[in-house]
Amino acid sequence: MLSKKQARAFFLGGTTVTFLIFIGLTIFSFSKEQDQSNYEAITDQVVRGKTLWEKNNCMGCHTLLGEGAYYAPELTKVIDRRGENYIKAVLMNPVPWQPNDRKMVAYGFSEQEADDLIAFFDWIDDIDLNGFDRIVSPLAKDKINN
Amino acid sequence: MKYKSQKVAYWFFALSMLLLVLQITYGFIMGFARIGMDGMHDFIPFNTARAVHTNLLVVWLLSGFMGAAYYIIPEEAQRELVSVKLAYVQLISLALVGVTAIVGYHFNYWEGRKFLEIPRPLDYLVVLNVLLFLGLILVTLFKGKRKTTTALVLSMGLLFAALLYLPGMLPFDSQVMDSFFRWWVVHLWVEGVWELIMGGILSFLLIKLTGVDREVIEKWLYVIVGITFLSGVLGTGHHYYYIGVNKIWLIVGGIFSALEPLAFMAMALFAVNMYRKGEKKHPNTLALYWTLGSAIISFVGAGLLGFAHTLPQTNLYTHGTLVTAMHAHLAFWGAYAMIVLAIISYSLPNLTGRKLYESPRGLAAFWLANIGMVGMTIAFGVAGVVQVYLERRLGMEFMEVQKEISIHFVVLILCATIFTTGIILYIIDFYKYGKPSDEALEQSAE
Ligand code: HEC
Ligand code: HEM
Ligand code: HEM
Ligand SMILES: [Fe+2]
Repeated sequence: MLSKKQARAFFLGGTTVTFLIFIGLTIFSFSKEQDQSNYEAITDQVVRGKTLWEKNNCMGCHTLLGEGAYYAPELTKVIDRRGENYIKAVLMNPVPWQPNDRKMVAYGFSEQEADDLIAFFDWIDDIDLNGFDRIVSPLAKDKINN
Repeated sequence: MKYKSQKVAYWFFALSMLLLVLQITYGFIMGFARIGMDGMHDFIPFNTARAVHTNLLVVWLLSGFMGAAYYIIPEEAQRELVSVKLAYVQLISLALVGVTAIVGYHFNYWEGRKFLEIPRPLDYLVVLNVLLFLGLILVTLFKGKRKTTTALVLSMGLLFAALLYLPGMLPFDSQVMDSFFRWWVVHLWVEGVWELIMGGILSFLLIKLTGVDREVIEKWLYVIVGITFLSGVLGTGHHYYYIGVNKIWLIVGGIFSALEPLAFMAMALFAVNMYRKGEKKHPNTLALYWTLGSAIISFVGAGLLGFAHTLPQTNLYTHGTLVTAMHAHLAFWGAYAMIVLAIISYSLPNLTGRKLYESPRGLAAFWLANIGMVGMTIAFGVAGVVQVYLERRLGMEFMEVQKEISIHFVVLILCATIFTTGIILYIIDFYKYGKPSDEALEQSAE
């Protein structure tokens, strides 16, 4: 029968080995050749958009890359779906946006802030999401249905 | 209780109960918003309610874990806590940082990263607070007469939990990297080091409640936490399928996360078998209910419902839908909320000297809370499956689908009311025990 010593060795050994593999895979994933996110295409404007995204906790209602809250639409591929002008209208609206009664916070962003957020969404749009992009993009709806 | 300093635990538990009530309140705000009753929108929009709901959850669980450590470590190490005064300082600063963060969320002061919304300056205070806590626990442990496996696993869990908070503080320009390292905190907490904490508390409770030999229990504890890390570390990959990193994670994450339920199954089998094996029947049946309940419900909520959406082929469709919320509720409830309620139920009679072991109120609390939570899980689950089908298979608009499923949130609120009734009864019991007292020293059945 297994002894306590062996049980402890199993715990320590298993943890060390898997953790090292995990670190290795992480480094591999972020090596330049493996980049799927167009890291180089991140401009200052994209970063400003990301900051606005975080400062206002948009993730507390929306999902992005499938992460966040389930209360408001997934925003990966939102530009495909709605176009820039629609999104600008949403973001610059001085009263809560609510085409279906469910309310968004009224941010009343300036034109420049709205542009920053759109640049951020635009960068997100080009990420290779291993197939998830097709699930959330209406432009690929025919592919889902068939 | 055996050591005077264990009394500190009581106040951590009391803080836990208070924050639990607040957490539930914000849960209701979101539930009502989802059926169109969002009268609070101007003061507490959904994203505020959500950040408060999830952060309060984490803080009350942490406060419960800390209370558990302050109760368990002196007893296992067989000595008083090194400093009771500092433990109270730690308690008060924890409460202050928590409250500041929560208040800040109402004024758009946060970081907007799910579960890690606490803004950076407050992060540093959290780190200081946790360092103080760890210092007290670890010094007590190492000055103690013995270092048991139970105490070591519990302390290791707490130490790693603190270390893993740090990757969440790294700044990135890329949303993908941000998300990647957010999981080092969120996933490696709940499917890694928190399981050590749960395992440590579970093993302490089983030793006390069943009377099975410590050597046997602690050997299995090592096996369980071994399986946890073996599967859970690389299992992090199940969050990397569709966020913009290499496809290799579909294979690695898929295989290893599919093994994660084994750790929860082992935990459930372990608890039930030790209970069967035990000769001693401890009179505190309520503590036993919560202990076994935690082991079993965590297997259902984390193990089975986690497995239900962890394979890449399924997760492609369920990723970021209410299916996740279904799993999140039952997993957190079973694994962490119930183990905290278990250690509270076990320690209160010992801390206060009042032996309300078989209170009908306590039993009702157990059943109502669990029935309510299972009902809530089903409501989220049905809403989630319908959402996935309509939105991701049939390609319907997000908001159209939301209208279709809003009825399930009426059911959610009804079940949440049953759940809350249970929690209120539990807290009334807590209150009836009264304050901890030195007269309770040594006289308990332990
Ligand atoms: C209180 C919850 C909430 C918050 C916070 C929130 N939104 Fe929204 N958002 C909504 C709702 C509700 C809609 C409208 C959905 C509908 O009925 O079409 C929406 C719509 C949108 C749309 C249009 C999407 C579409 O598919 O029609 C965009 C773009 C958007 N929000 C961006 C943002 C950004 C950027 C932030 C952060 C600065 C943000 N939202 C914060 C709730 C929220
Ligand atoms: C009793 C009343 C409760 C209600 C009405 C409630 C309701 C909700 C709602 C509506 C959400 C947001 C889902 C979304 O984004 O749309 C949520 C999130 C969450 N709740 Fe609750 N909840 C309750 C209690 C609890 C309890 C007791 C726990 C823990 C044991 C819990 C843990 C969570 C977690 C972890 C999330 C985040 C889920 C995710 O991001 O996937 N909740 N809750
Ligand atoms: C006690 C243990 C667990 C808890 C508390 C827990 C909790 C959670 C929470 C809160 C989330 C949402 C996180 C976020 O979006 O930020 C989540 C997601 C997820 N969990 Fe768990 N979990 C546990 C165990 C497991 C296990 C064992 C598995 C697999 C077998 C699993 C599979 C998943 C998957 C695949 C997701 C991602 C869902 C998505 O793509 O939206 N979980 N879990
Ligand atoms: Fe996970």
